[in-house]
Amino acid sequence: MFVPGNNPGMIRDAYIYGSDCIMFDLEDSVSVDQKDSARFLVYEALRTIDYGDKELIVRVNAPDTKTGVDDLEAMVRTRKVAIRLPKTETAADVLGCEKQIERIERENGIPVGSTRMMAAIESAKGVLNAEKIALSSKRLIGIALGAEDYVTDLKTNRSPEGIELLFARSMILLAARSAGIDAIDTVYSDVNNEEGLRKEARLIKQLGFDGKSVINPRQIKPICEIYTPTEKEIEKSQAVMDAIEQAHKKGSGVIALNGKMIDKPIVERAQRVLDLAKAAGVLGEGEDQA
Amino acid sequence: MSRLELNEIPHLEEIGSIGDVFDAARIRKNYKTLAERQATDNKIVPSLEEAVRLSGLKDGMTISFHHHFRNGDHIVNMVLDKLAEMGFRDLTLAASSLTTVHEPLIRHIRDGVIRRIETSGLRGPLAEAVSRGLMEVPVVFRSHGGRAYAVESGKLKIDVAFLGAPSCDPYGNANGYSRDNDDGVRCGSMGYAKLDAQYADKVIILTDNIVPYPNAPFGIPESDVDYIVKVDQIGDPEGIMSGATRFTKNPKELLIAETAAKVIEASGRFEDGFSMQMGSGGASLATARFLREKMLKKKITASFALGGITGSIVDLYNEGLVKKILDVQSFDLKAAQSLKDNRFHQQISASYYASPGNKGTAVNQLDVVVLSALEIDVDFNVNVLTGSDGVIRGAVGGHQDTAFGASVSIVVAPLTRGRIQTVVDRVNTVVTPGRTVDVLVTDQGVAVNPIRRDLIERFRGTELPVCTIEELRDKAEHLVGKADPIPYLDRVVGIVTYRDGSVIDLIRQVKED
Repeated sequence: MFVPGNNPGMIRDAYIYGSDCIMFDLEDSVSVDQKDSARFLVYEALRTIDYGDKELIVRVNAPDTKTGVDDLEAMVRTRKVAIRLPKTETAADVLGCEKQIERIERENGIPVGSTRMMAAIESAKGVLNAEKIALSSKRLIGIALGAEDYVTDLKTNRSPEGIELLFARSMILLAARSAGIDAIDTVYSDVNNEEGLRKEARLIKQLGFDGKSVINPRQIKPICEIYTPTEKEIEKSQAVMDAIEQAHKKGSGVIALNGKMIDKPIVERAQRVLDLAKAAGVLGEGEDQA
Repeated sequence: MSRLELNEIPHLEEIGSIGDVFDAARIRKNYKTLAERQATDNKIVPSLEEAVRLSGLKDGMTISFHHHFRNGDHIVNMVLDKLAEMGFRDLTLAASSLTTVHEPLIRHIRDGVIRRIETSGLRGPLAEAVSRGLMEVPVVFRSHGGRAYAVESGKLKIDVAFLGAPSCDPYGNANGYSRDNDDGVRCGSMGYAKLDAQYADKVIILTDNIVPYPNAPFGIPESDVDYIVKVDQIGDPEGIMSGATRFTKNPKELLIAETAAKVIEASGRFEDGFSMQMGSGGASLATARFLREKMLKKKITASFALGGITGSIVDLYNEGLVKKILDVQSFDLKAAQSLKDNRFHQQISASYYASPGNKGTAVNQLDVVVLSALEIDVDFNVNVLTGSDGVIRGAVGGHQDTAFGASVSIVVAPLTRGRIQTVVDRVNTVVTPGRTVDVLVTDQGVAVNPIRRDLIERFRGTELPVCTIEELRDKAEHLVGKADPIPYLDRVVGIVTYRDGSVIDLIRQVKED
């Protein structure tokens, strides 16, 4: 969930809404004359507030600007956040940012490499370079699509169906998968259109995305509902895992369930369903796989 | 016909209850038509001044008003201006509640027209002024049930009630809507006015809409009414009620509401035929919406919904999820319209709603109530009256009454408001005693009053984020810091009574910076 870095009320209790991740924004949602106060506010909040088990990310300003470097100086020092790099177009952008992070880590006795990164791809050039970006640094935990800038760059706009985003989404997803990192989809801007949000969330889930950014807490529940496996899916996956366990016990090499052979992709999908179910809290600890 | 000699009646002295011998000459039958009678033989007096004179109002007496017109009310200011003009002094103003629109009363208090105020709430400039020592005699705050009890028991004797009504016939049958036209002012239920009409010595109805007799159904019967005055405007429809109370989009209120609905579900009261009341705050209103989903899913219907009624409750009624509505106060036009249209949407008086001293009180039949709070302390005492600066800015309303009456009372509040802690060590003003408050739902956890061991047991093993109220207080303190105590002077400016009339807390004058 995006939290504007200059909104104390949101920063104070961003953790109550059930998002997996909180992304404090120092970039586009903060006007130029508030950059310093927002940076200070987020820094102090990270030092003061217990955000529990939420994954914390800060979207910094472009690291080739003074503001961006100041953002990095403050945020890396907190040792609590990953850095989201905006408007990434090339692998060099990532490496440039990484260089700054590494310097700050060294200067402050922070283990080098401990600060994670995320890259947002928001232009045609970035999309075409998606693979190189995804593979550019070991610090990267994911890449994300930023659609508003991207569609402007394409000289189009966002449609309800999102056809203009299909190529970028596919590119980013493939790049993320080839690098073994997460692919995160762009925000859905029409906060009051829950049906539209659900439709888009179903689409990106089907494409394979690991999650979706939100700009309002009210968008969290619909997305979580779509990503939460159904009872039927969980049962089926559980049965797959049980069959494997049985087969292992028997020392049997060929594993079958209801007369169908279970191969590796089926097992991986089943495991993913169960992981998602566990994350969504619909799978009790007792039913958890060992 | 036999001889008619009363002294021939055996045991006459024992029977006692009969008059003297009938005399036909004493009969004066009225031959006028209904139309003629309505035009001439009615209770309508030509002016407010005339009605006041006829009522016998004297200096030092108690006058009463209802607050069904909320911030659109013209009646209180209109009447007080007139009474000031007529030279009245030292009156006690016993309103069911007062609000921002009643700022002009400050002048009448300074001029000695009003000496004392009894009310459920005060807001705006009048409240500010009272908190800063405007009045010589402290204001008495009563809950809706507490006021009804005080009136019924004679502790609060109303000499003249001035009651605004959106419709009234020439004999005094008055109501909060009009059967025939809905263009003018509407307020729906007249619950608070019904009580005053019943118990006041003299009742004056002020209306802008005189309708043909009989104005049935009526909220106030003609048998309670002495005089009727037609005025140009009784209120501003915009200030009285909006189309439908806005459904909150505030994510924090929605989160609190969703949790509150889960609390109700887990409370053991969420069974077919249960009863409920939802407050009018954003989170309590939204609770109804989340409860609806659960009712549909579990195929549960509520036997009744009580209290101040909003469109959310009407929606549940229209879907068959709530069988009956008991309405002491309609909060929005949707509620007012439903009172008019729906047979099982019943208008009730403040006494029927919440009095602790009558023969039956609706709040006592509540399974769950959802209430809001300005502050709540670690003993679960709730403040709904004074703000974080010590200034009066709220109303007792039915808070004390429903918290006591309901089997499970749930208070919903954000853990912090801006930089202000909501969960505190000790509330600024105790309005509702912690003994009657069972569950606190915040955005950051649910706390159960330790005396409700049954609920603690029920919530165990559910997904509810249960913690102690001390943990919530600590969390709030950690987030926003502990506030400095409010600087008060010793002088008492308000007396907060509990519903039985006993004094539960005092409000003191705030110290100027």
